Amino acid sequence: MKFSTYLEKISGVSIYPIVSLVMFIVFFVLVTYWMYSIDKTEISRIENLPLDDNNK
Amino acid sequence: MNLDKFYYDNKLPKFFAIACIFWGAVGMLLGVIAAFQLAFPVLNFSEYFPNLAFGRLRPVHTNAVIFAFVGNGIFTGIYYAIPRLLKTPMWSNKLGNIHFWGWQFIIVCAAVSLLMGFTTGKEYAELEWPIDILITLVWVVFGINMFATIITRRERHLYVAIWFFIASWVTVALLHIVNSFEIPVSFMKSYSWYAGVQDALVQWWYGHNAVAFFLTTPYLGLMYYFLPKAANRPVYSYRLSIVHFWSLIFLYIWAGPHHLLYTALPEWAQSLGTAFSIMLILPSWGGMLNGLFTLRGAWDKVREDPVLKFFVVAVTCYGMSTFEGPMLSLKNVNAISHYSDWTVAHVHIGALGWNGFLTFGMMYWLIPKLFNTKLYSTKLAATHFWIGTLGILLYAIPMYWSAFRSYFMMKAFTPEGQLQYQFIDVVQTVIPFYIMRAIGGTIFLIGVFIMIYNLVKTAKKGSFVAKEEAEAAPLTKEYRAPSNSIWHSFIERKPILLLVLSLVVVGIGGLVELVPTFLVKENIPSIASVKPYTPLELQGRDIYIREGCYNCHSQMIRPFRYEVTRYGEYSKAGEFVYDHPFQWGSKRTGPDLARIGGKYGDAWHFNHMLEPTSMAPGSIMPSYPSLYENEIDRGSTNSKIHAMRKMGVPYESGYESIANDDLDKQAKGIADRLAKDNNIKVSSNKEIIAIIAYLQRIGTDIKLESKK
Ligand code: HEC
Repeated sequence: MKFSTYLEKISGVSIYPIVSLVMFIVFFVLVTYWMYSIDKTEISRIENLPLDDNNK
Repeated sequence: MNLDKFYYDNKLPKFFAIACIFWGAVGMLLGVIAAFQLAFPVLNFSEYFPNLAFGRLRPVHTNAVIFAFVGNGIFTGIYYAIPRLLKTPMWSNKLGNIHFWGWQFIIVCAAVSLLMGFTTGKEYAELEWPIDILITLVWVVFGINMFATIITRRERHLYVAIWFFIASWVTVALLHIVNSFEIPVSFMKSYSWYAGVQDALVQWWYGHNAVAFFLTTPYLGLMYYFLPKAANRPVYSYRLSIVHFWSLIFLYIWAGPHHLLYTALPEWAQSLGTAFSIMLILPSWGGMLNGLFTLRGAWDKVREDPVLKFFVVAVTCYGMSTFEGPMLSLKNVNAISHYSDWTVAHVHIGALGWNGFLTFGMMYWLIPKLFNTKLYSTKLAATHFWIGTLGILLYAIPMYWSAFRSYFMMKAFTPEGQLQYQFIDVVQTVIPFYIMRAIGGTIFLIGVFIMIYNLVKTAKKGSFVAKEEAEAAPLTKEYRAPSNSIWHSFIERKPILLLVLSLVVVGIGGLVELVPTFLVKENIPSIASVKPYTPLELQGRDIYIREGCYNCHSQMIRPFRYEVTRYGEYSKAGEFVYDHPFQWGSKRTGPDLARIGGKYGDAWHFNHMLEPTSMAPGSIMPSYPSLYENEIDRGSTNSKIHAMRKMGVPYESGYESIANDDLDKQAKGIADRLAKDNNIKVSSNKEIIAIIAYLQRIGTDIKLESKK
């Protein structure tokens, strides 16, 4: 049942979902790229930050 | 290299922890009371304490659990973890204290004002405008303290937990401000700036993201800090946590409309909500697995350490509710779950399991540390663990059951095409489930009391370490990143950039979702027969909001045969253009009221509000005797009409000065009719008259249209 036809008055509203999806994919690819580009030794230093309390 | 010597402050974490546990117990106790009220309406004590009726108590429960229990839990973790992750004390102790006492003051104001009936009528954002402003101020104080700490840090890298805190802070600020646009009518009374469909969209964009950025992302920050700490090993995959973070904050913000499926919300917005909700499974499960895999090979530890046990169940519940959530945003599943106890079960898997158990685990780990001792009794903690788990199960299972029972009853037709069951039949069927749920909640609460005992004993046994000494080298000005570390480690060294990026990422989602709806304003097909409320109806509507009727009643009929047959024609977007705030509701403990106008005579409502069981034997609705005593607040009519017109409701200019004449006339008409036709004597200035006027108006405008 369609009861929200009034939105059709905005021209090209159907583009919204597609634009959002594309945006997310691009974003996701970028993040994944970042993730792999981090140096291994850095990672192991950062991931140990919570453990190293060094209260002297 | 010179090492700086400095001290971590443990006082504020301790304060926040105490507040967290105290408000947690209070909030859960209120939940248990509210749960029993639904099964035994006499517990509303309406004659003695009209302030404690379900409609007013439930918002206090939800607000207490979300903002007082979880809120203080977040701050406990943040004030403990951030200094240690950044090797610096919190920037300002003074701001920290203002934050702490300010937040507790807000909580007290919230509880008192909600019980007094001051509410905006928007779920999880019920607090009135002066408190909204206070929240903003305290939030800013917290933000300043957190960012100043981050900027003066001695550790270049920001551990992922801190990103979660930063993103949560900025997004909550954004949500709070956008959703709280309201126009004050008087001290402690305001109207939402938005109306109808727009108000609903903004509200659920807010509501959903309050779950996301208050109940989830900060707690993920806690998970990424305290889980490795308790297990004494780094997180399973730090790389995965990066993807978890960015995809989660990107996706979450879009999913709000899944609370409004099948409503009068535009269809594209509904689909968008569904699509993004489904995608949310991926990062959520990435996060859950990351948490659980951190314990790989350490399961023998889990068996012994209650802290880890609590964490494992918490993270599992996180996984369960983030799987269930997307399922609930599939339209056909949502058709069953929406307005039903399923939603209630869903949020409690999250609240009791994820937030509750993570908090308990954190406390069992933290309190012994703060008091430099061992936990008083591991055995009691294990008992708490089992009792808590049992409580969750006993809570959730009856709710799922009740949801399906009522769904099948609601949609059952006789062969002749009549509805097989009255609404009251459904109410009667689910009462036993309500009782079981209340027992489940009670059991969970007993577990909390066991924890309190255990922690108090622990604290007594040890001695409080107010300050912990630490040493670290200051950051040097010139830093050269390793040549092969690009991009991300760059961002991650720049907290402000991280803040801005988070804001941009959530901002995109917010904009794409909200802006079209505002552009649409002119496009909502105005239904010519839909007119502003009369002054009396407006006053009645405000009483409806004050009493929290929306906690049990929806005003939104979905386009299903079984709803249209039961309640009447399905709701249209154009019908709500003057509803500041919207009152669509989210739970049908009572029937939908979107077409209640004209369904019964005035006398029916008069008797029903006084004693619901007199008209509907077996009803669990509270009675409202106070409405027959209180007088309509005529003094506010003027400013209410004025405020409404400011927001575009077409009252003629100057109408506010004569509005009370119309109000009196309409009220007298109702009182006279009651006296003449039903021999009911009531003076026309009582609140009951206003609420009858409002109820008789709801959903009737559109009938005029079809008569033409
Ligand atoms: C605890 C939940 C609860 C609250 C709070 C509540 N109701 Fe109800 N209401 C019910 C239930 C259950 C029924 C169905 C049984 C009955 O008719 O009493 C009902 C029925 C009704 C009906 C009759 C609907 C019909 O179609 O027969 C009206 C009108 C109504 N409520 C108005 C109100 C108003 C106004 C308030 C706020 C002042 C309110 N209710 C608060 C639970 C609640």
